[in-house]
Amino acid sequence: MLKKRIIPCLDIKDGRTVKGINFVDIKDAGDPIELAKKYVEEGADELVFLDITATLENRKTLVDLVRAVAQEINIPFTVGGGINSVKDVQKIIKAGADKVSVNSSAVKRPALITEIANQFGKQCVVAAIDTKFENGEWKVFTHGGKTATPLNTVAWAKEVEALGAGEILLTSMNNDGMKTGFAIDITQEVSEAVNIPVIASGGAGEMEHFKAVFEKTSATGGLAASIFHYGEIPIPQLKEYLKTQKIAVR
Amino acid sequence: MIAIIKYNAGNIQSVQNALTNLGYESVITDDHATILAAEKVIFPGVGEASSAMQYLKEKGLNEVLTAIKQPFLGICLGLQLMCKSSEEGSTECLGIFDTEVKQFPPTDKVPHMGWNNSTQLEGSLFLNINLEDSFYYVHSYFAEVCENTISVCDYIEPFSAALHKNNFYATQFHPEKSADIGMKLLKNFLKL
Repeated sequence: MLKKRIIPCLDIKDGRTVKGINFVDIKDAGDPIELAKKYVEEGADELVFLDITATLENRKTLVDLVRAVAQEINIPFTVGGGINSVKDVQKIIKAGADKVSVNSSAVKRPALITEIANQFGKQCVVAAIDTKFENGEWKVFTHGGKTATPLNTVAWAKEVEALGAGEILLTSMNNDGMKTGFAIDITQEVSEAVNIPVIASGGAGEMEHFKAVFEKTSATGGLAASIFHYGEIPIPQLKEYLKTQKIAVR
Repeated sequence: MIAIIKYNAGNIQSVQNALTNLGYESVITDDHATILAAEKVIFPGVGEASSAMQYLKEKGLNEVLTAIKQPFLGICLGLQLMCKSSEEGSTECLGIFDTEVKQFPPTDKVPHMGWNNSTQLEGSLFLNINLEDSFYYVHSYFAEVCENTISVCDYIEPFSAALHKNNFYATQFHPEKSADIGMKLLKNFLKL
Protein backbone atom coordinates (compact mmCIF):
# COMPACT_ATOMS: atom_id res chain seq x y z
CA MET A 1 0.00 0.00 0.00
CA LEU A 2 1.21 3.52 -0.80
CA LYS A 3 2.39 5.16 2.42
CA LYS A 4 1.46 8.62 3.65
CA ARG A 5 4.57 10.81 3.56
CA ILE A 6 5.93 12.79 6.50
CA ILE A 7 7.95 15.71 5.18
CA PRO A 8 10.05 18.10 7.27
CA CYS A 9 10.65 21.49 5.66
CA LEU A 10 13.94 23.33 6.23
CA ASP A 11 14.02 27.09 5.72
CA ILE A 12 17.40 28.12 4.35
CA LYS A 13 18.93 31.57 4.49
CA ASP A 14 22.41 32.20 3.11
CA GLY A 15 23.12 28.48 3.22
CA ARG A 16 22.07 28.06 6.87
CA THR A 17 18.97 26.58 8.46
CA VAL A 18 16.65 29.14 10.00
CA LYS A 19 14.65 28.31 13.14
CA GLY A 20 16.66 25.20 13.98
CA ILE A 21 17.49 24.17 17.51
CA ASN A 22 20.27 21.95 18.69
CA PHE A 23 19.34 18.32 18.95
CA VAL A 24 21.40 16.49 21.52
CA ASP A 25 23.08 14.34 18.93
CA ILE A 26 23.90 16.87 16.25
CA LYS A 27 26.53 19.52 16.58
CA ASP A 28 24.98 22.33 14.64
CA ALA A 29 21.26 22.61 13.90
CA GLY A 30 22.03 25.60 11.71
CA ASP A 31 23.84 23.28 9.34
CA PRO A 32 21.24 22.06 6.83
CA ILE A 33 23.24 18.95 6.01
CA GLU A 34 23.48 17.84 9.64
CA LEU A 35 19.78 18.46 10.12
CA ALA A 36 18.86 16.69 6.88
CA LYS A 37 20.90 13.62 7.85
CA LYS A 38 19.21 13.58 11.24
CA TYR A 39 15.78 13.59 9.57
CA VAL A 40 16.76 10.78 7.20
CA GLU A 41 17.90 8.67 10.17
CA GLU A 42 14.63 9.39 11.94
CA GLY A 43 12.61 8.11 8.98
CA ALA A 44 11.52 11.26 7.14
CA ASP A 45 10.06 10.26 3.76
CA GLU A 46 11.17 13.33 1.83
CA LEU A 47 12.68 16.70 2.60
CA VAL A 48 11.85 20.18 1.36
CA PHE A 49 14.45 22.96 1.37
CA LEU A 50 12.95 26.40 1.04
CA ASP A 51 15.46 29.12 0.26
CA ILE A 52 14.47 32.45 1.74
CA THR A 53 17.75 34.18 0.87
CA ALA A 54 17.14 37.73 -0.18
CA THR A 55 20.09 38.50 -2.41
CA LEU A 56 21.01 36.97 -5.75
CA GLU A 57 24.65 36.84 -4.70
CA ASN A 58 23.91 34.49 -1.83
CA ARG A 59 21.72 32.30 -4.02
CA LYS A 60 24.85 30.76 -5.46
CA THR A 61 25.42 29.13 -2.10
CA LEU A 62 22.10 27.32 -2.60
CA VAL A 63 23.44 25.29 -5.53
CA ASP A 64 26.50 24.32 -3.49
CA LEU A 65 24.23 23.33 -0.64
CA VAL A 66 22.04 21.19 -2.92
CA ARG A 67 25.13 19.41 -4.21
CA ALA A 68 26.34 18.71 -0.68
CA VAL A 69 22.90 17.52 0.47
CA ALA A 70 22.61 15.17 -2.52
CA GLN A 71 25.92 13.59 -1.61
CA GLU A 72 24.82 12.94 1.95
CA ILE A 73 21.20 11.82 1.87
CA ASN A 74 19.44 8.99 0.04
CA ILE A 75 15.80 10.06 0.10
CA PRO A 76 14.09 12.42 -2.36
CA PHE A 77 14.25 16.15 -1.78
CA THR A 78 12.62 19.26 -3.20
CA VAL A 79 14.20 22.69 -3.46
CA GLY A 80 12.14 25.86 -3.67
CA GLY A 81 12.35 29.60 -3.28
CA GLY A 82 13.17 32.13 -5.95
CA ILE A 83 13.08 29.77 -8.92
CA ASN A 84 12.13 31.89 -11.92
CA SER A 85 13.39 30.10 -14.99
CA VAL A 86 14.29 26.76 -16.54
CA LYS A 87 17.90 27.83 -16.17
CA ASP A 88 17.47 28.07 -12.39
CA VAL A 89 15.89 24.61 -12.39
CA GLN A 90 18.72 23.17 -14.46
CA LYS A 91 21.30 24.23 -11.88
CA ILE A 92 19.30 22.82 -8.96
CA ILE A 93 18.51 19.50 -10.64
CA LYS A 94 22.03 19.05 -11.95
CA ALA A 95 23.29 19.57 -8.41
CA GLY A 96 21.17 16.59 -7.36
CA ALA A 97 17.69 17.77 -6.26
CA ASP A 98 14.78 15.55 -7.30
CA LYS A 99 12.13 18.23 -7.58
CA VAL A 100 11.78 21.98 -7.55
CA SER A 101 8.87 23.94 -6.15
CA VAL A 102 7.56 27.09 -7.76
CA ASN A 103 5.14 29.53 -6.18
CA SER A 104 5.04 33.29 -6.90
CA SER A 105 6.97 32.89 -10.16
CA ALA A 106 4.34 30.45 -11.49
CA VAL A 107 1.49 32.79 -10.59
CA LYS A 108 3.29 35.59 -12.39
CA ARG A 109 4.09 33.43 -15.42
CA PRO A 110 2.13 30.12 -15.44
CA ALA A 111 4.00 28.86 -18.54
CA LEU A 112 7.03 28.31 -16.28
CA ILE A 113 5.36 25.13 -14.95
CA THR A 114 4.96 23.75 -18.48
CA GLU A 115 8.51 24.67 -19.43
CA ILE A 116 9.96 22.84 -16.44
CA ALA A 117 7.68 19.82 -16.97
CA ASN A 118 8.64 19.58 -20.64
CA GLN A 119 12.33 19.59 -19.91
CA PHE A 120 12.54 17.61 -16.67
CA GLY A 121 9.25 15.72 -16.48
CA LYS A 122 6.09 16.45 -14.50
CA GLN A 123 7.37 14.59 -11.46
CA CYS A 124 9.99 17.31 -11.11
CA VAL A 125 7.55 20.20 -10.68
CA VAL A 126 5.89 20.88 -7.34
CA ALA A 127 3.39 23.73 -7.46
CA ALA A 128 3.48 25.39 -4.05
CA ILE A 129 0.25 27.23 -3.31
CA ASP A 130 -0.13 29.56 -0.33
CA THR A 131 -3.79 30.10 0.42
CA LYS A 132 -5.81 32.22 2.80
CA PHE A 133 -9.52 32.20 3.64
CA GLU A 134 -10.78 35.73 3.31
CA ASN A 135 -14.26 37.15 2.72
CA GLY A 136 -15.78 33.71 2.34
CA GLU A 137 -13.30 32.38 -0.21
CA TRP A 138 -9.95 30.55 -0.29
CA LYS A 139 -7.67 32.75 -2.39
CA VAL A 140 -4.07 32.37 -3.59
CA PHE A 141 -1.38 34.58 -2.04
CA THR A 142 2.22 35.04 -3.22
CA HIS A 143 5.55 36.38 -1.97
CA GLY A 144 5.51 34.49 1.28
CA GLY A 145 1.86 35.31 1.79
CA LYS A 146 2.35 39.06 1.58
CA THR A 147 0.67 39.65 -1.78
CA ALA A 148 -2.99 38.93 -2.51
CA THR A 149 -4.03 37.64 -5.95
CA PRO A 150 -7.49 37.36 -7.50
CA LEU A 151 -7.00 33.61 -7.99
CA ASN A 152 -9.41 31.14 -6.43
CA THR A 153 -7.39 28.34 -4.83
CA VAL A 154 -9.26 25.35 -6.27
CA ALA A 155 -9.31 26.90 -9.75
CA TRP A 156 -5.57 27.62 -9.58
CA ALA A 157 -4.88 24.07 -8.36
CA LYS A 158 -6.71 22.67 -11.40
CA GLU A 159 -4.78 25.04 -13.63
CA VAL A 160 -1.35 24.04 -12.30
CA GLU A 161 -2.29 20.39 -12.87
CA ALA A 162 -3.28 21.17 -16.47
CA LEU A 163 -0.04 23.13 -16.95
CA GLY A 164 2.00 20.08 -15.98
CA ALA A 165 2.67 20.16 -12.24
CA GLY A 166 3.31 16.70 -10.78
CA GLU A 167 2.35 17.56 -7.23
CA ILE A 168 0.79 20.36 -5.17
CA LEU A 169 2.15 21.64 -1.87
CA LEU A 170 -0.78 23.44 -0.27
CA THR A 171 -0.12 25.76 2.67
CA SER A 172 -2.98 27.35 4.57
CA MET A 173 -1.80 30.70 5.87
CA ASN A 174 -4.71 30.84 8.32
CA ASN A 175 -3.37 27.70 9.97
CA ASP A 176 0.39 28.17 9.51
CA GLY A 177 2.12 28.64 12.86
CA MET A 178 -1.13 28.26 14.82
CA LYS A 179 -0.54 24.59 15.77
CA THR A 180 -4.29 23.99 15.68
CA GLY A 181 -4.22 21.45 12.85
CA PHE A 182 -4.16 21.43 9.06
CA ALA A 183 -6.90 23.20 7.07
CA ILE A 184 -9.00 20.11 6.43
CA ASP A 185 -11.63 21.78 4.24
CA ILE A 186 -9.43 23.37 1.57
CA THR A 187 -6.99 20.45 1.62
CA GLN A 188 -9.84 18.08 0.85
CA GLU A 189 -11.37 20.42 -1.75
CA VAL A 190 -8.06 20.72 -3.60
CA SER A 191 -7.08 17.06 -3.34
CA GLU A 192 -10.50 16.01 -4.68
CA ALA A 193 -10.35 18.55 -7.50
CA VAL A 194 -7.04 17.33 -8.94
CA ASN A 195 -5.63 13.90 -9.78
CA ILE A 196 -2.03 14.66 -8.77
CA PRO A 197 -0.73 14.16 -5.21
CA VAL A 198 -1.37 16.94 -2.69
CA ILE A 199 0.85 17.64 0.33
CA ALA A 200 -0.88 19.37 3.24
CA SER A 201 1.06 22.10 5.02
CA GLY A 202 0.47 24.62 7.77
CA GLY A 203 -0.91 24.13 11.25
CA ALA A 204 0.49 20.84 12.50
CA GLY A 205 0.97 21.05 16.25
CA GLU A 206 0.06 17.56 17.48
CA MET A 207 0.28 14.03 16.18
CA GLU A 208 -3.53 13.89 15.96
CA HIS A 209 -3.41 16.62 13.34
CA PHE A 210 -1.60 14.30 10.95
CA LYS A 211 -4.13 11.55 11.63
CA ALA A 212 -6.97 13.98 10.90
CA VAL A 213 -5.57 15.24 7.61
CA PHE A 214 -4.86 11.70 6.38
CA GLU A 215 -8.26 10.38 7.43
CA LYS A 216 -10.39 13.30 6.32
CA THR A 217 -8.66 14.28 3.09
CA SER A 218 -6.98 12.59 0.12
CA ALA A 219 -3.67 14.35 0.86
CA THR A 220 -0.78 11.90 0.43
CA GLY A 221 1.70 13.78 2.58
CA GLY A 222 1.95 16.13 5.52
CA LEU A 223 4.61 18.82 5.78
CA ALA A 224 5.74 20.68 8.88
CA ALA A 225 8.74 22.68 10.03
CA SER A 226 8.96 23.94 13.60
CA ILE A 227 7.42 20.92 15.36
CA PHE A 228 10.18 18.80 13.89
CA HIS A 229 12.99 21.36 14.29
CA TYR A 230 12.15 22.03 17.92
CA GLY A 231 11.78 18.34 18.64
CA GLU A 232 8.17 18.80 19.75
CA ILE A 233 7.11 15.78 17.70
CA PRO A 234 9.92 13.34 16.94
CA ILE A 235 9.32 11.65 13.57
CA PRO A 236 9.74 8.06 14.88
CA GLN A 237 7.10 8.75 17.54
CA LEU A 238 4.74 10.29 14.99
CA LYS A 239 5.07 7.27 12.71
CA GLU A 240 4.52 4.80 15.55
CA TYR A 241 1.40 6.72 16.53
CA LEU A 242 0.05 6.77 12.96
CA LYS A 243 0.64 3.01 12.68
CA THR A 244 -1.46 2.41 15.80
CA GLN A 245 -4.15 4.55 14.16
CA LYS A 246 -4.11 2.25 11.10
CA ILE A 247 -2.61 4.87 8.81
CA ALA A 248 -0.09 3.41 6.37
CA VAL A 249 3.34 4.94 6.97
CA ARG A 250 6.83 3.67 6.28
CA MET B 1 34.42 0.10 -12.29
CA ILE B 2 30.65 0.54 -12.61
CA ALA B 3 29.37 2.28 -15.74
CA ILE B 4 26.34 4.54 -15.33
CA ILE B 5 24.76 5.17 -18.71
CA LYS B 6 24.75 8.85 -19.59
CA TYR B 7 21.72 9.95 -21.54
CA ASN B 8 19.20 12.76 -21.54
CA ALA B 9 17.53 11.80 -18.28
CA GLY B 10 17.58 13.26 -14.80
CA ASN B 11 18.64 11.73 -11.50
CA ILE B 12 21.90 10.25 -12.73
CA GLN B 13 24.02 12.05 -10.14
CA SER B 14 22.01 10.48 -7.30
CA VAL B 15 22.94 7.01 -8.53
CA GLN B 16 26.62 7.91 -8.57
CA ASN B 17 26.36 9.47 -5.09
CA ALA B 18 24.82 6.25 -3.75
CA LEU B 19 27.57 4.12 -5.30
CA THR B 20 30.26 6.41 -3.89
CA ASN B 21 28.72 6.15 -0.41
CA LEU B 22 28.72 2.36 -0.75
CA GLY B 23 32.43 2.48 -1.63
CA TYR B 24 32.19 1.72 -5.35
CA GLU B 25 33.90 3.64 -8.10
CA SER B 26 31.71 4.58 -11.02
CA VAL B 27 31.78 6.60 -14.20
CA ILE B 28 28.90 8.35 -15.97
CA THR B 29 29.50 7.60 -19.63
CA ASP B 30 28.05 7.02 -23.08
CA ASP B 31 31.30 5.62 -24.46
CA HIS B 32 30.68 2.18 -25.96
CA ALA B 33 34.06 0.67 -25.06
CA THR B 34 33.89 1.91 -21.45
CA ILE B 35 30.39 0.49 -21.04
CA LEU B 36 31.29 -2.88 -22.55
CA ALA B 37 34.41 -3.15 -20.35
CA ALA B 38 32.67 -2.22 -17.07
CA GLU B 39 32.19 -4.81 -14.31
CA LYS B 40 28.55 -3.78 -13.98
CA VAL B 41 26.25 -1.39 -15.77
CA ILE B 42 23.50 0.81 -14.32
CA PHE B 43 20.88 2.34 -16.60
CA PRO B 44 19.09 5.02 -14.54
CA GLY B 45 16.57 7.59 -15.52
CA VAL B 46 13.73 9.92 -14.99
CA GLY B 47 12.30 11.34 -18.18
CA GLU B 48 10.17 10.71 -21.22
CA ALA B 49 10.36 7.40 -23.12
CA SER B 50 10.32 8.44 -26.79
CA SER B 51 12.95 11.19 -26.48
CA ALA B 52 15.13 8.91 -24.35
CA MET B 53 14.92 6.08 -26.93
CA GLN B 54 15.69 8.51 -29.74
CA TYR B 55 18.78 9.70 -27.86
CA LEU B 56 19.94 6.12 -27.24
CA LYS B 57 19.60 5.34 -30.96
CA GLU B 58 21.46 8.49 -32.01
CA LYS B 59 24.35 7.44 -29.79
CA GLY B 60 24.16 3.82 -30.93
CA LEU B 61 23.56 2.84 -27.31
CA ASN B 62 20.50 0.72 -28.06
CA GLU B 63 22.70 -1.96 -29.64
CA VAL B 64 25.39 -1.69 -26.96
CA LEU B 65 22.95 -2.07 -24.07
CA THR B 66 21.24 -5.19 -25.43
CA ALA B 67 24.64 -6.80 -26.10
CA ILE B 68 25.88 -6.42 -22.51
CA LYS B 69 26.75 -9.69 -20.75
CA GLN B 70 27.71 -8.38 -17.31
CA PRO B 71 25.15 -7.66 -14.53
CA PHE B 72 22.94 -4.79 -15.68
CA LEU B 73 20.45 -2.79 -13.59
CA GLY B 74 17.80 -0.52 -15.10
CA ILE B 75 16.06 1.97 -12.82
CA CYS B 76 12.63 3.60 -13.34
CA LEU B 77 12.60 4.87 -16.95
CA GLY B 78 15.54 2.49 -17.45
CA LEU B 79 13.22 -0.44 -16.63
CA GLN B 80 10.55 0.85 -18.97
CA LEU B 81 13.01 1.27 -21.85
CA MET B 82 14.10 -2.37 -21.37
CA CYS B 83 10.55 -3.58 -22.15
CA LYS B 84 9.10 -4.24 -25.62
CA SER B 85 7.24 -0.97 -26.00
CA SER B 86 5.80 1.95 -24.07
CA GLU B 87 2.51 3.78 -24.44
CA GLU B 88 4.45 6.94 -23.59
CA GLY B 89 4.95 8.51 -26.99
CA SER B 90 4.08 5.13 -28.64
CA THR B 91 7.70 4.08 -28.28
CA GLU B 92 9.34 0.91 -29.45
CA CYS B 93 11.84 0.04 -26.70
CA LEU B 94 14.83 -2.30 -26.27
CA GLY B 95 12.75 -5.49 -25.95
CA ILE B 96 14.85 -7.20 -23.27
CA PHE B 97 11.81 -8.01 -21.14
CA ASP B 98 8.76 -9.60 -22.67
CA THR B 99 6.23 -7.04 -21.46
CA GLU B 100 4.64 -3.74 -22.34
CA VAL B 101 4.57 -0.40 -20.56
CA LYS B 102 1.13 1.13 -20.03
CA GLN B 103 -0.16 4.38 -18.58
CA PHE B 104 -1.93 4.26 -15.21
CA PRO B 105 -5.67 4.87 -15.59
CA PRO B 106 -6.77 8.00 -13.65
CA THR B 107 -8.66 6.04 -10.98
CA ASP B 108 -6.23 7.21 -8.27
CA LYS B 109 -3.57 9.92 -7.98
CA VAL B 110 -1.03 9.84 -10.82
CA PRO B 111 1.99 9.90 -10.66
CA HIS B 112 2.31 7.00 -8.23
CA MET B 113 4.58 9.00 -5.95
CA GLY B 114 5.98 7.94 -2.61
CA TRP B 115 6.92 4.84 -0.64
CA ASN B 116 5.30 1.52 -1.39
CA ASN B 117 5.97 -2.10 -0.45
CA SER B 118 5.91 -5.22 -2.62
CA THR B 119 3.24 -7.89 -2.62
CA GLN B 120 5.72 -10.37 -4.02
CA LEU B 121 9.51 -10.52 -4.30
CA GLU B 122 12.06 -13.18 -5.12
CA GLY B 123 15.68 -13.73 -6.03
CA SER B 124 19.11 -12.52 -5.01
CA LEU B 125 18.36 -8.85 -5.72
CA PHE B 126 15.98 -8.91 -2.73
CA LEU B 127 18.24 -10.82 -0.33
CA ASN B 128 17.32 -9.78 3.25
CA ILE B 129 14.53 -7.53 2.00
CA ASN B 130 10.95 -8.24 3.13
CA LEU B 131 7.40 -7.58 1.97
CA GLU B 132 7.00 -4.89 4.67
CA ASP B 133 9.94 -2.90 3.30
CA SER B 134 9.07 0.11 1.15
CA PHE B 135 10.85 1.64 -1.80
CA TYR B 136 10.44 5.11 -3.30
CA TYR B 137 8.45 5.30 -6.54
CA VAL B 138 7.65 8.12 -8.90
CA HIS B 139 6.09 7.15 -12.23
CA SER B 140 2.97 7.51 -14.37
CA TYR B 141 3.62 4.46 -16.58
CA PHE B 142 4.15 0.85 -15.46
CA ALA B 143 5.36 -2.47 -16.86
CA GLU B 144 2.72 -5.20 -16.86
CA VAL B 145 3.40 -8.33 -14.83
CA CYS B 146 5.05 -11.01 -16.99
CA GLU B 147 7.23 -14.10 -16.69
CA ASN B 148 10.31 -11.88 -16.05
CA THR B 149 8.63 -10.22 -13.05
CA ILE B 150 10.48 -10.88 -9.77
CA SER B 151 8.62 -8.33 -7.65
CA VAL B 152 5.08 -7.00 -7.79
CA CYS B 153 3.77 -3.72 -6.39
CA ASP B 154 0.07 -2.91 -6.24
CA TYR B 155 -1.04 0.63 -7.06
CA ILE B 156 -4.24 1.02 -9.08
CA GLU B 157 -3.33 -2.45 -10.36
CA PRO B 158 -0.51 -4.96 -9.79
CA PHE B 159 2.57 -4.07 -11.87
CA SER B 160 6.21 -5.15 -12.19
CA ALA B 161 8.20 -3.58 -9.34
CA ALA B 162 11.26 -5.49 -10.58
CA LEU B 163 12.16 -7.64 -13.57
CA HIS B 164 14.95 -10.15 -14.22
CA LYS B 165 16.13 -12.03 -17.28
CA ASN B 166 19.62 -13.54 -17.55
CA ASN B 167 22.11 -10.77 -16.63
CA PHE B 168 19.44 -8.05 -16.89
CA TYR B 169 17.74 -6.67 -13.77
CA ALA B 170 15.48 -3.66 -13.42
CA THR B 171 13.48 -1.88 -10.75
CA GLN B 172 10.58 0.53 -11.21
CA PHE B 173 11.39 2.13 -7.84
CA HIS B 174 14.48 4.22 -7.13
CA PRO B 175 16.87 2.24 -4.89
CA GLU B 176 19.21 5.26 -4.80
CA LYS B 177 16.39 7.26 -3.16
CA SER B 178 15.05 4.49 -0.93
CA ALA B 179 17.19 5.06 2.17
CA ASP B 180 18.66 1.97 3.90
CA ILE B 181 16.49 -0.57 2.05
CA GLY B 182 17.52 0.89 -1.28
CA MET B 183 21.20 0.71 -0.30
CA LYS B 184 20.67 -2.94 0.64
CA LEU B 185 19.27 -3.67 -2.81
CA LEU B 186 22.11 -1.82 -4.55
CA LYS B 187 24.63 -3.82 -2.50
CA ASN B 188 22.86 -7.04 -3.50
CA PHE B 189 23.19 -6.04 -7.14
CA LEU B 190 26.81 -4.97 -6.78
CA LYS B 191 27.68 -8.36 -5.25
CA LEU B 192 26.14 -10.36 -8.13
